[in-house]
Amino acid sequence: MEGRNSPLLFAILLLGIAILYIPILVLIAYSFNASSLVNVWGGFSTAWYGQLLHNRQVLEAALLSVEVGFVASTGAVIMGTLAAIALIRFNAFPGRLLLTGMVNAPLVMPEIITGITQLLLFVSMLQLLSWPHRGFTTIVIAHVAFCMAYVAVTVQSRLQSADRSLEEAAMDLGASPARAFIDVTLPIIAPALLSSWLLSFTLSLDDLVISSFVSGPGAGTLPMVIYSKVKLGVSPDINALASLIICAVGVCVIVAGVVMRRTERRRMLEVQAAGR
Amino acid sequence: MALKISFAETAARVPPFTEILHVSPDHRLHLSLSFANYKYLFTDEVYGVAYLYSLRTAFFSTLICLALGYPMAYAISRASKSVQSVLLFVIILPFWTSFLLRVYALEGIIRDNGLLNTALLHLGLIRHPLHIMRTSLAVYLGIIYSYLPFMVLPLFATLEKLDHTLREAAADLGSPPWRVFSEITLPLSVPGIIAGSMLVFIPAVGEFVIPSLLGGPDTLMIGRVLWDEFFGNHDWPVASAVAIAFLVLLVGPIAIYQYYNARQLEA
Repeated sequence: MEGRNSPLLFAILLLGIAILYIPILVLIAYSFNASSLVNVWGGFSTAWYGQLLHNRQVLEAALLSVEVGFVASTGAVIMGTLAAIALIRFNAFPGRLLLTGMVNAPLVMPEIITGITQLLLFVSMLQLLSWPHRGFTTIVIAHVAFCMAYVAVTVQSRLQSADRSLEEAAMDLGASPARAFIDVTLPIIAPALLSSWLLSFTLSLDDLVISSFVSGPGAGTLPMVIYSKVKLGVSPDINALASLIICAVGVCVIVAGVVMRRTERRRMLEVQAAGR
Repeated sequence: MALKISFAETAARVPPFTEILHVSPDHRLHLSLSFANYKYLFTDEVYGVAYLYSLRTAFFSTLICLALGYPMAYAISRASKSVQSVLLFVIILPFWTSFLLRVYALEGIIRDNGLLNTALLHLGLIRHPLHIMRTSLAVYLGIIYSYLPFMVLPLFATLEKLDHTLREAAADLGSPPWRVFSEITLPLSVPGIIAGSMLVFIPAVGEFVIPSLLGGPDTLMIGRVLWDEFFGNHDWPVASAVAIAFLVLLVGPIAIYQYYNARQLEA
C-alpha cells in the first residue's frame, strides 16, 4: 500500500511499461513515414492514410468486422448477463457446477481449440439442420460464445457487490419480479454491462483465429485481411491502418475508463451520503 | 434459458466423438478410423516435437513474465492510490488493443532493418544486424510482450489485498526487508503467482499468431501445426486428433487455474 518504492523496483516497472508501449509508438511513427522503405525516414506524410480510403478490400473487411462486433457483443451481453444472474441468484440448481465451468472455460481455452471445435459443430449442424451456412452467422455465433464468458465474469462481480435488499424492497412494495429487475437491478449493473459490451466489441474486432476457422468463403474480417497482408511482408498502409485501429480503441478505452471512474465515484458519494 | 445456451456451448467446446468422425472423409469407418488418427500422432514425430517445443516455450516465457511482472505488480501495489489507478490503466490499455497489431508492431522493432538493429548499428555496438526475426528468440519476445499484462494484473490483485500489517509486524520484530519479503509477502502471493502463470502459460502453449508471424520454420508450435494441418493439408480428422491431444495436455493447468480462481472468488 503506502511506502516508498525502491529505485530498482521503479526501474523494472518503467522497463515493463516501455516494453509494452515502445513497439506501438514506433508503429504509429512509421505510419507517417513518406518513404515506403521501412528503415528510411522520408519525411512526414499522411499518404498511407489516403491510400487506405481507396482500398476496397480493407474497407469491406472493416465494415464486416464492425457489423459482427455490434451484433456479437450485444448478443454476448444479453446471454452473459443471463448466465451471471443464474450463477449469482440461484445457489443450487442441477448443472450449476457445469455451467460455472463452461462459462469460465473460454477465458482460458486456447483460441485455436475453440475455433476448431466450433467449426466442427457448425459443419455437423449444417449436415443435420442445413443451418447455419458459414459466413456472417457462424462468426457471430462463435464470437457470442467466447465473449459471453467475459461478460458473465464482469457482471457476476458487479451483481455480487450489489445490494440484494433493494430488489426485495421493490418487490415488497408491489413490483413484479420483471419490473424490479428492470427498474432496480438493471441500473445497478448498467456500468458493468457497458464495460463488458465494450470489451466484447474489442475482443470481437480483434479476433483472428476463431474467425478464420468458422468463416466461409468471401467473409473476411479485418484481422483476417491484416494477417494475410502481414504474412506477405511489411506494408506501409498496414502501418496506417494499425495506427488508426489502435488510436480508436485507445480513445474508446480511455473515455470508458473515465466515465466508469466518475460513475463509481458518484456512487461512492451517494452511498456515503445515505449512510449519514 | 442460460442453461439452454450453455448446453449449446458445451457441444461447441467439446464435440462428441462421433462429430469428429462426421467430417472425416470416409463416413463408413467409425471408431477404427478415429484411432488411426491418434496413432498417427505418435508415429509422425512432428507432433511430438511440436508439443514439446510448445510446452517448453510457454514454460520459459511464463517464467520470464513472472520475473518481470512480479516486481511490476509489487511496485504498483506499493504506489499511492492515485498513482496506482493510473499505472493500472497503463498496464490494462495494451490488453485492449489488438493482439495481432501488437505482434505486428513488435516485428517493426526486431526485424533485421528494424528500430533495434538500426539503433545498435548507429551506436556502433554491432557491425551486422542481429537476426532475431524467424528465431525462437522472436517467439519468446512476442509471448512476453503480449502476455505481460495477464501476469501483472492477477499478481497485483493478490498483492493489493495483502494485509500490510503483517509486513509491518515482521519488520517491527526485527526482520530485514528481504526476509519480510521472502517469508511473508512471497508465500501470501502464491495464489496470484499461480493465476498469473496459468493465464500466461495456457494461451501461450496454444499460441498461433506469434510463432506464425515472428517465428521461423524451426519454431513449430502446436497451434501452428494444427492450423497447417487444417488449412494447408485439409486433414480435418488429424487436426481434430491434434486438438484433442492438446486439450488433454492442458486439462491439468486449466484445472489448477479454475481451482485457485474459485478459491480467490470465495475469499
